[in-house]
Amino acid sequence: MSHADLPATVETLRRLREDPHRLGHGAHDRSAPAQGVGHGVTGPASKRIIVGYGFWLFLLSDIVLFSCFFATFAVQRHATAGGPGPHDVVELPRVALETGVLLLSSYTCGLSFAATNAKSVLWTQVFLLITGLLGLAFVGLELQEFVSLAARGITPQRSGFLTAFFGLVGCHGLHVTLAGLWLLTMMAQVQVKGFRPEIIHRLICFNLFWHALDIVWIGIFTIVYLMGGLA
Amino acid sequence: MSGLEFDPDAYTGELDQRGDLAPGDEPRESAGHWVRNSNLGLGFSMVLTIAAFVLAQTHLIYGPAIPVALIVLAIAQMGVHLVFFLHVTTGPDNTNNVLALAFGILVVFLIVAGSVWIMNSLQHNMMPMDQLIQLQP
Repeated sequence: MSHADLPATVETLRRLREDPHRLGHGAHDRSAPAQGVGHGVTGPASKRIIVGYGFWLFLLSDIVLFSCFFATFAVQRHATAGGPGPHDVVELPRVALETGVLLLSSYTCGLSFAATNAKSVLWTQVFLLITGLLGLAFVGLELQEFVSLAARGITPQRSGFLTAFFGLVGCHGLHVTLAGLWLLTMMAQVQVKGFRPEIIHRLICFNLFWHALDIVWIGIFTIVYLMGGLA
Repeated sequence: MSGLEFDPDAYTGELDQRGDLAPGDEPRESAGHWVRNSNLGLGFSMVLTIAAFVLAQTHLIYGPAIPVALIVLAIAQMGVHLVFFLHVTTGPDNTNNVLALAFGILVVFLIVAGSVWIMNSLQHNMMPMDQLIQLQP
């Protein structure tokens, strides 16, 4: 146990001096991970790493799920059956607003974990709350979009293109909604249980999930909205 | 690789300074970098997003090149998110994360490119609809 507490002194200072921006390199001290790390020979990893890595694998499988929706959209893109095409669906100002809101929420989510690292319950809660409100605004904008589309007779059953469109965008919206519920339970857990190790593990996972949703949204606004608006 | 004088179980809640890193995590002494990374990520993402929206709505660049530019900008922004928000690096402590990511990207590529390829080929080789209707008994 002595090892974990030592580096606060000389070795840490040296590492920070030699690699102040942590450009992808591990520690420079003599007990650095250079020997055998990443090859499974440094013994069992700590639970924090195993939890984060397991969730990373889940996220990648979730992104594979989204890629199936993207593939469907790419295949069905011209299958409009004489109905509305990509150009009629796209409303760029709203998409720009949705993108900005989701990007900002990703930012505040990162700040919330910075506060978690600094062991500040108050700021963790504040930034999680802002993240949740921005996520709520995103889902609200998307619902409003779907309702206004439906009012113009643009519904999933109209054509293969619209089925793929509502499937892809709706699946992402559903993910954001569920992540919002998760965020509420995380706020409650932080409030009641404090920064116990397992709560921090869950916060790490929640952060990863929220950022991954933003990465999926980059694909959606580029391929569905911006490139659809070009056609 | 014997001769490790630490007990991994002692670190259940701590980051192991000598081991691998999970994505979204950093060694303890880098805690001050969270805010900086978030700021940089937000800055780069905003530039790339605004560039994408501007290029899509104006004629700043040659028309047929716009979709390519948009895809390049999207991939760049995904990279920014991976580095500054998910903290995936190329360091030795991130080998497992990067390998998993590479496999994920391979599967995504196979699904998307394979679907488009196969379905285009099917459509290309399909008999025109009017002939197909004439063949019905």
